[in-house]
Amino acid sequence: MHEPLGASGLILNERLLWEKGRKGRSGFSMPESDVPSSPLPPDLVGDGPDFPDLSEVDVVRHYTRLSTWNFGVDTGLYPLGSCTMKYNPKTNERQAGLSGFSNSHPLLPESLCQGALRLMADLERFLAEITGMDAVSLQPAAGAHGELAGMLVIHAWFKQKGDSRSKIIIPDTAHGTNPASAALCGYSPVPVSSSAEGILSPEAIAAVMDEETAGIMVTNPNTLGLFENHLKAISEIVHAKGGLVYADGANMNAVMGIADMGRIGVDVLHLNLHKTFSTPHGGGGPGAGPVCVKKHLEPFLPVPRIIQKDTGQYALSEDFPESIGKLLTFHGHFGVLVRAYSYILSMGAEGLKKASQLAVLNANYLKEQLKDTFHLAYDRPCMHECVFSDRYQQAYNVTTLDIAKRLMDYGYHPPTIYFPLVVHGALMMEPTETESKEDLDQYIDALKKIAEEAKETPDVLRAAPTRCKVRRLDETAAARKPCLAG
Amino acid sequence: MITMRYLPHTPEQIQQMLTVAGADSLESLFSGIPEECRRLQEMNLPEALSEWALNRHMDALSAGLAVSPEYKIFIGAGRYDHHIPATVSSLKSRSEFLTAYTPYQPEISQGTLQAIYEYQTLAARLMGVDVVTASHYDGATALSESLLMAIRKTRRKRVVLSSLIHPYYRRVAQTYLEPAGFEIIELPFLENGLTDLSLLEGAVDIAAVALQSPNFFGCIEDLKAGGQKAHEIGALFIVGFTEALAYGLLKSPGSQGADIVFGEGQSLGIPIAFGGPGLGMLGCTPEHTRNLPGRLVGKAKDMDGKNGFVLTLATREQHIRREKATSNICSNNSHCALTAAMYMASLGKSGFCDLAILNHDKAAYLCRGLSGAGFKMPFQGTFFNEFVVEFPEELETLYQRLLEKKIVAGLPLSAFYPELSHHYLLCVTETASREDMDALIREVTPCMNP
Repeated sequence: MHEPLGASGLILNERLLWEKGRKGRSGFSMPESDVPSSPLPPDLVGDGPDFPDLSEVDVVRHYTRLSTWNFGVDTGLYPLGSCTMKYNPKTNERQAGLSGFSNSHPLLPESLCQGALRLMADLERFLAEITGMDAVSLQPAAGAHGELAGMLVIHAWFKQKGDSRSKIIIPDTAHGTNPASAALCGYSPVPVSSSAEGILSPEAIAAVMDEETAGIMVTNPNTLGLFENHLKAISEIVHAKGGLVYADGANMNAVMGIADMGRIGVDVLHLNLHKTFSTPHGGGGPGAGPVCVKKHLEPFLPVPRIIQKDTGQYALSEDFPESIGKLLTFHGHFGVLVRAYSYILSMGAEGLKKASQLAVLNANYLKEQLKDTFHLAYDRPCMHECVFSDRYQQAYNVTTLDIAKRLMDYGYHPPTIYFPLVVHGALMMEPTETESKEDLDQYIDALKKIAEEAKETPDVLRAAPTRCKVRRLDETAAARKPCLAG
Repeated sequence: MITMRYLPHTPEQIQQMLTVAGADSLESLFSGIPEECRRLQEMNLPEALSEWALNRHMDALSAGLAVSPEYKIFIGAGRYDHHIPATVSSLKSRSEFLTAYTPYQPEISQGTLQAIYEYQTLAARLMGVDVVTASHYDGATALSESLLMAIRKTRRKRVVLSSLIHPYYRRVAQTYLEPAGFEIIELPFLENGLTDLSLLEGAVDIAAVALQSPNFFGCIEDLKAGGQKAHEIGALFIVGFTEALAYGLLKSPGSQGADIVFGEGQSLGIPIAFGGPGLGMLGCTPEHTRNLPGRLVGKAKDMDGKNGFVLTLATREQHIRREKATSNICSNNSHCALTAAMYMASLGKSGFCDLAILNHDKAAYLCRGLSGAGFKMPFQGTFFNEFVVEFPEELETLYQRLLEKKIVAGLPLSAFYPELSHHYLLCVTETASREDMDALIREVTPCMNP
């Protein structure tokens, strides 16, 4: 028997930055001036921002202490469902930090930035191959931004045909970004429920799809961790009414080398490079949300596009008159693209497929080991994630929130909770392929112990966590009288 | 099979786990996926590379990019080459920050939360506003979101943008606003390189007036006058920047009457990285707080009354409000905000102001030098660290030759403003030495008297 993973160690308190400042200190090596002073007219000059003056040691201790209050993938298992918190390889950081990649200016003449353009052109090709789509833009900055790009492409396609549609079908399992992105294009969502199997039925879509509806936004595999088996038939229904199929590729990690989104009938799809392609989540970004389309939608992709000239040189082209325009100032989150490119080159086709297979194996293993302990919303083979609920624990007045908070004491980041909304009290777990059997077994063991505690000593759960920097925080009071700056 | 070092499963464990999962093989885990949804062929990707082969490949690609100090690059226009302290690079790489996600579970994410709260505070002090969000993607998307804020608040459908807002920012705003039927009106610029505000007189039904200062030509706008004119017509006044360092020297946008302030924070310790990721900064006066898009961190108390931090005012956001949310934004550029906070903390007020002065002094030196060599400075407005020069026609060929000498003599403006042929936008930061600038002046002077 191992000692439990969660343990208490020494961490240090740390004041706010401005409580540590003392005038006369500095943490910056100021370059000598080698030019004469040239003051601005005094009426333009302000007092300067009220930043605290700190020494280099002050700054280093401050952020080192803060970092110890955090939990990352490098700390341990982070089974946040639909977020794909897989290991972020260190070699990718090395590559992104190379001077050419990290210091080059986005407005350089093309002859001076061939390395960056070639990397982007290659990455576009790789992503098209992995998804089964025809063309890719790397410009969107995050998943929701990729969704917006996809919706704008659909909007532009209808506009070019002189067809204005007002609605879009969005299943009840969708992430909240889906309806919010559609709203930016003026589409109002038409909700549809998933069937008893947890997936969409062609009948439900046929009942709502009409010629006022631009199409459907569907996450595949969906947020219940299930493959949308009827998507091909659904695509045909949508296409028959002149609509388009948008797929949210947030869960692509389940099906690399296995499913072909193009063949299924998907017209537009976005990927999250910070999920499937292992770039670090950074405490909430930056990510990258490339948008992939079939041939008929290529003219609408954001500009500039990367093109290859007859000479073999790469160039940036604005010459796409039907394009939706620009979505970001420059060429996307290039630093993130370098990491994803480096990951794909490290894994190869075989490695990526293996990653998907093992991600699905881990999720199914977890599901089978825990389904007697926690209520499993849909008891059928899953993809990369599985969704439990607190139904068995409700008898002891223990909730999903209590279970999640208690997991922290055992040394784990909690899963995604209360999402998808279709499962009451959802606990959505995505272990990813980079967790070993030993680590999963220890996690399963912790969850089983928590379920026993729920029966025997439920107050322990309700008081959790007790081993973190702070105990449970009062979020309601924080929102009532918000204090957003010091 | 070259690299499986991220996949910890042994063949025996795979077998044991398959047995538990009730599957015969890894392939059979996917047997529920219909044939019509499957790939017909294996993925056609390059063979996997070892770490060492990858290093060689990436070194070669990276070498195909021009960077300082080998090249002397006098381009800013939205991305600025500043020194980044080693402390910032080192601290931001701590994997507790880098490999965490959005702090949905505050008890286990207090490091990110306090750091972002501190970022919000320092950024608010820089911009002269009360509230700043946890971050947006970049300056252009922050502008677009501020315009949408104003449209929601005023229930009006038209916005006015200075034509001296970064041309790419205006194009992004167009992408965000046009499909929903909102109209953008542009204000022309005057001979002095400032925005012509006269068109605002008597304008009706305008949700917002937006200016950038320093503007795309580097000139410092009269924000007080812009604010008055905007407020006279009942519009919100939006002010932005591409070079955050300018506010080490200039009066903050908030102090000059801005209701909403947007900007690009790349200058705050974030590598240029071919243009991304950057840092979208967005803040406002208190009456607009609940209309802000994106994440916000606030103070909270725990069960024992201890201080901590949480994500707050989530009822504005897409995961609660869905299609009625203030934005679709979810992941933002949190790690860039963290980096910016580390940078602002490292410089402090004294360092930040001194560095801003140094940037202006350097740019002024180059401007005087070029002017002394006889080149025309078309705009008389005061600038920060960028300015426009009108070179003779001959510079076009010389510009290409200078590239071979590893000098990039500014950004040609004709692609953005067709009427400004032979005009170049030049930028100088603390990274350019007097020698570099003297060399530029020396090299371009011959084209004055060909």
